[in-house]
Amino acid sequence: MLAVESLGFGFPGRAVGREVTFGLADGEVMCVLGPNGGGKTTLFRTLLGLLEPQEGEVRLEGRPLGAYARQAIARRIGYVPQGHAGQFAYTVREVVLMGRTAHLGAFAAPGRADREVAERALALLGLETLAERPITQVSGGERQLALVARALAQEPRLLVMDEPTASLDFGNQVRILRRIRALSEHGISVLFSTHDPDHAFLAADRALLLAEGRMIALGTPKDVIRPDTLARMYGVQVEVVPLAGGGHTCLPAMTG
Amino acid sequence: MSVRRASYLVAAAALAGLAALAFGLGRYPISVPELFTLLGAKLTGSEHALSSTAETVILQVRGPRVLAAMVVGAALAAAGTAYQGMFRNPLVSPDILGVSTGAALGAVLAIFLSLGILMTQAFAFAGGLLAVGLVYAVGSRLRGHDPLLALVLTGVVIGTLLGSAIALLKYLADPYNELPAITFWLLGSLAAITPRDLASATPAALAGLLPLLLLRWRVNLLALPDDEARALGVDTRRLRVVVVACATLMTAAAVAVSGIIGWVGLLIPHAARLLVGPDFGRLLPLAMLMGAAFMLAVDTLGRTAASIEIPPGVLTALIGTPFFLWLFAVARRTW
Repeated sequence: MLAVESLGFGFPGRAVGREVTFGLADGEVMCVLGPNGGGKTTLFRTLLGLLEPQEGEVRLEGRPLGAYARQAIARRIGYVPQGHAGQFAYTVREVVLMGRTAHLGAFAAPGRADREVAERALALLGLETLAERPITQVSGGERQLALVARALAQEPRLLVMDEPTASLDFGNQVRILRRIRALSEHGISVLFSTHDPDHAFLAADRALLLAEGRMIALGTPKDVIRPDTLARMYGVQVEVVPLAGGGHTCLPAMTG
Repeated sequence: MSVRRASYLVAAAALAGLAALAFGLGRYPISVPELFTLLGAKLTGSEHALSSTAETVILQVRGPRVLAAMVVGAALAAAGTAYQGMFRNPLVSPDILGVSTGAALGAVLAIFLSLGILMTQAFAFAGGLLAVGLVYAVGSRLRGHDPLLALVLTGVVIGTLLGSAIALLKYLADPYNELPAITFWLLGSLAAITPRDLASATPAALAGLLPLLLLRWRVNLLALPDDEARALGVDTRRLRVVVVACATLMTAAAVAVSGIIGWVGLLIPHAARLLVGPDFGRLLPLAMLMGAAFMLAVDTLGRTAASIEIPPGVLTALIGTPFFLWLFAVARRTW
């Protein structure tokens, strides 16, 4: 699906990260963990083709990302940015419908089939009752869900989600993580970032640990999310506790 | 009936009513039956019983003026709608990017050089497009800033520069003939409209409108942050160039025949958005209907309310200022 080879990324005149190498298979879920300013968002923007790679290469379905037209990328990769309100009072339904743009000709407006896809995406995220509300007047969490629905309406093969759980309450966090697993079962790959290592345990097949633009570790969450790697990334002592059901959870030490 | 559908119907009905009123009012009153008799006779090529004075008033004087008011109002409103969506800012108007000032400088230069009406129009087009081209070239080279903020601020700065060039031309102009002509033109007026003005402005306005109508869905995505619009598959750079070019062409077409008439491009899109929401495909037709009706009302009021003509730009400002302040204070949340 996606292959990243010795990637250096950043802005013109300012390198943010380098030597990032990983692959993402169909239906695989990868979680990117790292401290604030660690380069997660910049990495994602480079993978979406919004920033030029400074070194190395990103390959999408075997071809260099640069060989794709904007619209061709958008038909394959959906993007869930960190939420924002915007200036204009588009309804939640109109926002979700914007996800269909990649499938439309330049002079076309969304048709009935596009509206049906948008309705399904709204329903999957439980947004039916909010559909006619202006996006400027819903809560931050609801807005985040609408942006996820918009990316789903894009019908991508890969979903890139920048902290999709950041502004959500506990219930909606769990719903998003479940949605990520369900997408993976349908063969859609998901790359998401989070500040909660527990989310990697819950939803990800692999975790990529990123600090100061460098990869610290890459592997199954169980293998790479350890007290030493967490301490290195976040600078705090954390205990990784095995749970009776087979999972793990991270428990920070409150002293020292 | 939904608010949306009612808005279109009311705006269209108001426009038709105002047009009939505008034909009728004036020093030589014309009734609606007379108007239809003449139009019917002209369409079928048959004879009519109206006086030749009535025919001249309808076809040569009031007809072009009524149609020009509608074309100018619709074009300014459409251009404002496009600029507001594109700059993600409900407060911008064709005055941003220096478009109006650029078009005005072109026209003032033509008047200064005592060129004819056709050259005045051509110079206005050229000035508007030159201003926006200059703004775009400078604005997009200012890296390291928010590209839209850079563009808007460049527009303001270039607009000021062009404004001082206009001031220089006024200072140099012959105070008996050219200066009054320039001053009246800058005030904005539809009094001197000829059928030939109309024949040159209408195709230009339509040429700017057509791509906007075709791209109506995509233009919505320009309201998103650049990254998001691109991630959704829109080549924002190219689309933005097309939208700016179209909106500028429409502004220049209007300014070339009417001079600078402010406020229409700012107020009308706003009012229309309050009624039907921000979706460009719904907003554009309503804004054009409302712009045409507003301009027609202002022009008719201006030529009939007092014994001398009140320039429409003065009236739009008188109506526009309180409306704008009201919007700013009360209706902010409904953008």
